[in-house]
Amino acid sequence: MSTPHDIAIIGGGNAALCAAITAAEAGARVLILETAPKAYRGGNSRHTRNFRCMHSGPLGPLVESYSEEEYFADLMKVTAGKTDEALARLAIRSSEECLPWMEAHGVRFQPSLSGTLSLARTNAFFMGGGKSLVNAYFRTAQALGVEVLYEAAVTHLELADDQIAWVDYTHEGESHRITPKAVIVASGGFQADTEWLTRAWGEPAKNFLIRGTPYNRGVVLADLLDQGALSVGDPTQCHAVAIDGRAPKFDGGIVTRLDCVPFSIVVNKNAERFYDEGEDVWPKRYAIWGRLVAAQPDQVGYVIIDSRSLNLFMPSVFPPLKADTLEDLATQMGLPPAKLRETVEGFNAACGDTSGFHPTELDGVATQGLTPPKTNWARPITTPPFYGYSLRTGVTFTYLGLKVDETAQCATENGPIRNLWAAGETMAGSILGQGYLAGYGMTIGTVFGRIAGREAAAYAN
Amino acid sequence: MQTDLITELRRQSEICNACRYCEGYCSVFPALHRERAFAEGDLTQLANLCHNCRGCYYACQYTAPHEFDLNLPKALAEVRRDSWESFAWPAPAARAFQSHGLAIAAATVLGFALLFAAIKALGNAGGEGFYAALSHNAMVAIFAPAFLFPLASIAFSLRAYWRHVGGKRLRLSHVTAAFGSVARMRDLAAGHGEGCNFEEEDRFSHARRYAHQAVMYGFLLCFASTASGTVLHYGFGLHAPYPFFSLPKLLGVPGGLMLTFGTIAMAWLKLKADKNLADAKAFGGEMGFIALLGFVAASGLALYWLGGTAAMATVLALHLGAVLAFFLLTPFSKMAHGFYRLAALIREEQNKQA
Ligand SMILES: Cc1cc2nc3c(=O)[nH]c(=O)nc-3n(C[C@H](O)[C@H](O)[C@H](O)COP(=O)(O)OP(=O)(O)OC[C@H]3O[C@@H](n4cnc5c(N)ncnc54)[C@H](O)[C@@H]3O)c2cc1C
Ligand code: SF4
Ligand code: SF4
Repeated sequence: MSTPHDIAIIGGGNAALCAAITAAEAGARVLILETAPKAYRGGNSRHTRNFRCMHSGPLGPLVESYSEEEYFADLMKVTAGKTDEALARLAIRSSEECLPWMEAHGVRFQPSLSGTLSLARTNAFFMGGGKSLVNAYFRTAQALGVEVLYEAAVTHLELADDQIAWVDYTHEGESHRITPKAVIVASGGFQADTEWLTRAWGEPAKNFLIRGTPYNRGVVLADLLDQGALSVGDPTQCHAVAIDGRAPKFDGGIVTRLDCVPFSIVVNKNAERFYDEGEDVWPKRYAIWGRLVAAQPDQVGYVIIDSRSLNLFMPSVFPPLKADTLEDLATQMGLPPAKLRETVEGFNAACGDTSGFHPTELDGVATQGLTPPKTNWARPITTPPFYGYSLRTGVTFTYLGLKVDETAQCATENGPIRNLWAAGETMAGSILGQGYLAGYGMTIGTVFGRIAGREAAAYAN
Repeated sequence: MQTDLITELRRQSEICNACRYCEGYCSVFPALHRERAFAEGDLTQLANLCHNCRGCYYACQYTAPHEFDLNLPKALAEVRRDSWESFAWPAPAARAFQSHGLAIAAATVLGFALLFAAIKALGNAGGEGFYAALSHNAMVAIFAPAFLFPLASIAFSLRAYWRHVGGKRLRLSHVTAAFGSVARMRDLAAGHGEGCNFEEEDRFSHARRYAHQAVMYGFLLCFASTASGTVLHYGFGLHAPYPFFSLPKLLGVPGGLMLTFGTIAMAWLKLKADKNLADAKAFGGEMGFIALLGFVAASGLALYWLGGTAAMATVLALHLGAVLAFFLLTPFSKMAHGFYRLAALIREEQNKQA
């Protein structure tokens, strides 16, 4: 079957939509193939909350300024240097013009918010969150004549020499083949394919929870890698956080996060502590706990707090387990009761003067002579009722992806693939080798989505 | 109140409290985020702050088929209706009318019948104009109680509401701030001022806000028109019918037009909106009420145009019958929402200033 469309875009998240809008505005006839049904359109993007944006003065909802150097330095901190500097700087520099572009295409931001002041300078929050962003983009795209096909799963891109010859997808139980002039891949990572995750990570990955969409299964990524497309990133690298252990296997999204770790002790299923819970405030150390929990037996952790700490963190979506004695709590959580008491008493005995306790800053209230230590907020756990949460590893997205250049173009060893571009999570590994900076995922998707849309339209026209 | 509705709203509110993405849409969310645990009164208060604009539904990543199955506009609407039913006094009347368009229609017919009967029984009242059909004294005898009863009933209901939500003593600043948000219908503009998501999925539009403004201001103008007529009648001995350049007409004609078109627009929007995001049980009652309100306005205008003709007595009976039904139904129909919403906004100001 031939097609009236110039460009086929695979995926229906932020990156895909930014590409579609840009290409349509450049006059190209665009088709979006989104594997999810309409209710689940928008992939992981519908779970997002904010966009990290450079700005040289107040911009939209952002206060003061946030320079390229500071932004880049923040990125280097979390990635420990595993970053393609040229691409990272391109994303950072372009983010400033993205914000007005986003507003012009229907995205609305929250005015600077209560409670998130530390982010009011660096991150712009979407009013209503990522789903409202995705909704606005779909409306804008459709008004520009972009056609959207839901429940259209792309199964294969045929790479012939240096170009994509055709695209295969299934829709309503039937297979289709189209031959667009250009193709943009924006179909996310492979984290929802547990088998692939297990191949990369080993058996523990079976116990991981997937924070986002069940539809990002890396089908197109695997297909292209098999045909020799160049890749970046390490299959064992992904962004993972410790989330509520009771979260659904897929798509639990933001609400499954737990902010209570700094005020707690965290033990494994043997009721032993394994890491400094007070290393830093939770949002900053949030990401490392995904890996810490993944390394524990059965990939679970248990957070223990007492009633004094219950109101110090953001409300959780599932209520904590509650008991009047530590033994009772241990029984409810399936932990060895005597051992839990021993661990808590050992911890309590190591706590010193707690008069400097200050929940919102690094207070230096630390344990003495305990391994591992707790270096901040170390306050004895003594006041019943006691509360407990379980923790599991929640994967946000994987980093193995397609290698792209500054024009978002994909390549094989023999050079660029003439009509193939990639944007968003599927190429984020080109920039982020490790770690994650809040709001940077949307930056990469917006910047490279727009670049891919522009380049593909220029090629197709 | 119904515990299953309360339990469901509590479940959803706890999810929203962990999420907070909708913080900027309306006054429900800042109020919600102030709590960690939700008592029944808290949830009733939240429910009465909601305008059913649906912004939070279309922005939500947890709506069905997601297992969290969020539908906050619906959960709030159900608790809201249930709360009005349980606060209304006398209670059985409320249960009948909130959810039943048919009961509203029946009450209206009864109103007509009463008026016709009165007109027939009293014969020519001997007065001029309208009063030839029904004497002024007879009108007052019928309408004064019909006006005072709803006021008393609503006062009882609001007192029950106020206790339930833990309201404190009123201060002027609470009240003025609350009136400020009503006057602009700020919450119907969604946090970014582009209106609500009522009639076409996630599209933002001001249609509902404007229709509602037309109804509200139209109603207030009509009410002012009637009040000015009363003042002219008793204070200045000037009796109806009034010429076009008189206060009752200058207020009443534009008011009637706004009310007529506003109610038509509201009914049309309601038909287009997804019923699954509202309280399905209230649909018939709300439609019945809108139709009645629209009829009050349209028949009032008709009375003006046909006042000098032979049709006058019939139109008068229809109009006054509708007005009568409208007044009597006020505490038990959607009309009551205005009072509850005002109370909720005042309470919200108290919470904010606390
Ligand atoms: C809970 C959560 C919160 C987050 N919060 C933030 C945040 O606040 N800020 C931030 O910057 N980042 C955040 N992220 C990361 C962010 O979601 C991603 O970086 C970003 O959404 C990636 O966008 P994308 O368009 O590349 O992929 P997605 O939005 O995931 O879109 C991929 C699309 O491709 C479709 N697809 C997959 N396979 C196929 C196929 N074979 N055929 C057709 N279609 C296919 C999927 O259905 C999906 O719609 C968060 C992630 C999660 C999970
Ligand atoms: S309605 Fe949905 S998106 Fe909005 S705050 Fe609640 S859970 Fe979050
Ligand atoms: S429906 Fe509108 S008014 Fe009601 S809670 Fe949601 S956003 Fe607020």
